[in-house]
Amino acid sequence: MLRHLPLILKNSWRNRRRTTLTVLSISVSLCLLGLMMAIYHAFYLREATPWQARRLVTRNRVSLAVPMPIYYRDRIRQVPGVQEVMASQWFGGVYKDSRDPNNFFARFAVEPEKLFRIRGEIQVPEDQKRAFLAERTACAVGRPLAERLGFRLGDRITLKGDIFPVNLELTVRAIWDAPDNNEVLYFHWKYLEESLPPARQSLVGTFTILAERPEDATRIAETVDAMFRNSTAQTRTETEQAFALSFVAFLGNVKAFLLSISAAVTFTILLVSANTMAMSVRERIREVGVLRTLGYTPQSILAIILGESVLISLAGGLLGCGLAAALCTAVRNGPVGFPQIRALAVDGGVLATALAVALAIGILSSLVPAWGASRTSIIDALRHTG
Amino acid sequence: MAIPLAYNLRNLAVRKATTLMTALGIALTVAVLVAVLALIGGLRRAFEATGNPLHVLVLRKGSDSELVSNFTRAMYQDLKFKPGIARGRSGEPLASLEMVTVINLPRVDSPEGMNVTLRGLLPVGIEMREELRLVAGRWFESGKREVVVGKSIAARFPGAALGRRLEFGRGSWTVVGIMDAGRSVANSEIFADLNQLSADYNRSEVLSSALIRAVDPVAVQALINDLSSDRRLNVTALTEREYYERQTVSGAPIQYIGTLVAVIMAIGSSFAAMNTMYAAVARRAREIGTLRVLGFSRLSILSSFFIESLLLSLLGGLVGFLLVLPLNGMTTGIGNFLTFSEIAFDFRISPSSLIWGLLFALTMGAVGGLFPAAMAARKEILTALREF
Repeated sequence: MLRHLPLILKNSWRNRRRTTLTVLSISVSLCLLGLMMAIYHAFYLREATPWQARRLVTRNRVSLAVPMPIYYRDRIRQVPGVQEVMASQWFGGVYKDSRDPNNFFARFAVEPEKLFRIRGEIQVPEDQKRAFLAERTACAVGRPLAERLGFRLGDRITLKGDIFPVNLELTVRAIWDAPDNNEVLYFHWKYLEESLPPARQSLVGTFTILAERPEDATRIAETVDAMFRNSTAQTRTETEQAFALSFVAFLGNVKAFLLSISAAVTFTILLVSANTMAMSVRERIREVGVLRTLGYTPQSILAIILGESVLISLAGGLLGCGLAAALCTAVRNGPVGFPQIRALAVDGGVLATALAVALAIGILSSLVPAWGASRTSIIDALRHTG
Repeated sequence: MAIPLAYNLRNLAVRKATTLMTALGIALTVAVLVAVLALIGGLRRAFEATGNPLHVLVLRKGSDSELVSNFTRAMYQDLKFKPGIARGRSGEPLASLEMVTVINLPRVDSPEGMNVTLRGLLPVGIEMREELRLVAGRWFESGKREVVVGKSIAARFPGAALGRRLEFGRGSWTVVGIMDAGRSVANSEIFADLNQLSADYNRSEVLSSALIRAVDPVAVQALINDLSSDRRLNVTALTEREYYERQTVSGAPIQYIGTLVAVIMAIGSSFAAMNTMYAAVARRAREIGTLRVLGFSRLSILSSFFIESLLLSLLGGLVGFLLVLPLNGMTTGIGNFLTFSEIAFDFRISPSSLIWGLLFALTMGAVGGLFPAAMAARKEILTALREF
């Protein structure tokens, strides 16, 4: 095979326009395939970080919109293996103007003294942390969010309530860093609680649980849910990752969508590439006759044609992965609603799969014309008029 | 003088394999685009069919959706006797106090379950929704834990079939009826008695929203202005149609990604079409020379090859339609972040999505055909005849 490499290279560069167009066409399709795989990977196959693996989220079994009584917290705390439990309440609300999607970000009412223990990956300067803990109307903002909306320490933020009939006046006291889930604003749950009418107090949307060891997560989830099976508000406890994925399900059947598009794209590349190879082989039947006369065996002819096709599709594959990586960066840095998208990248697994697809396509698309060409008798081949 | 179309058709027919493969590439691209448009079309249709133009939805000021809105009984009593509200059969004002929440129903393909909207209403609320028809069973009785489910719910969730029991609130509720709400989103909702439901949820006084019917289209605007400026009530009023139109944004991520995918695929397919057309020009160099000798102008050569490329893409577009046709009418669900629940709707391939698909295919054909056609037209007669 390697022996034929110079010939393969010469052949594939002979019709430059066609090769360029084919490589471009394959690369555009493979770029899409890479992007789809990267999305799939970011959503469904990402490994939990050590901290994530230890965290669980408990919510009302009926729906996230229905709260649970706050006393659940102390009962969950009793479950063996639970290191810490924090009440956490999604505060929808409106910042400035809800029509601009840029003004949307996650706002959670939490128990601040537990926050930094449960989200141990959060980095925050000690003085800022103390300032945030000390003041009831303080809030702590993730750095990317602070940069996007221009929040600085000491700034005042007004949140108009919608789920809750209150408006909150918050002061930025801390700006923290974390590798993921960092476009969030945290404030004191006590502050929210005090502002609410009595009928809506002592209720909370979710509990975040920190397990002592990741292996305990499943058992803790089962124990917690069993504990409240016969109460008015039944619970559902799942790992933080599974909880985040339940929001992706909101987009509809995302898996089916990604898979059907990937299938359509792969099939299209196969068609394009098969078409090109068929065209170039058809034009060269006479040459094949000449090569055979010079002593090339049918096997070498097969190898030369297959090699050319594989070379072209691999070039397309590499270019496509480069494009996909650029596209991933663009999507990652855009305004996106899902924290998982922040992890979007063409990593080793995606790259390997995309190149394997390119290799398979290179072989499959040229198999029929290459086989045909290598089997043609010398006389017929030489007589052939393209 | 134009070269007859039959020349192009025969040429496409002679190179069967190449023509089919290129057309299939275009077909798949068109299929993706039309499928996305059909999805968005179906979603939009479900929302648009829901709003009665005479209905005004009243929410607490600042609320984007019924789910997060609070509306008290006292506010309802004030609201009921505003001028401009139509009267029903019994002479009572057509104003429906409603409570909206969501419950989680398990389904075969998603064991964690999907959220669906649960709506508590009074008999007047059912009277106002004229499109509602019971297809099985009966309506719920007041004061009982009974529900009527939309037909999409009954079809998609085995646990919500007629006679089954659903566990929520403080007890178990029996499914006593299935309703057909035409094309509206009520097909994806569960209806129950307002008083029983609000008691179960400890919300007897604080409900979600009110739906009122104006006497005529002029009164709609007057009512909206009147309510929005009422300081004491402190509410947002908007037409039901506008409310549901705003919710079509739930389809935005799919629409965005789907269109992006279709456009990227189209770039790839244009390159493929270009390749095919360049090969066609190269193979037919002598024919082109002959045509020129016979007196056909450069322009007619150009348009002939261009038309051939368009024909190729047209074929692709038509095959693409055939590929997506089975999707038409298929039911799918999409989550709605405003209501935190799932809406079921049918894919709908509308004539406009077909026209878009066709235009899309022709664009690919035009982009792919222009340069090869120009190259064909530029060929000198003598060199063309000498090539083989």
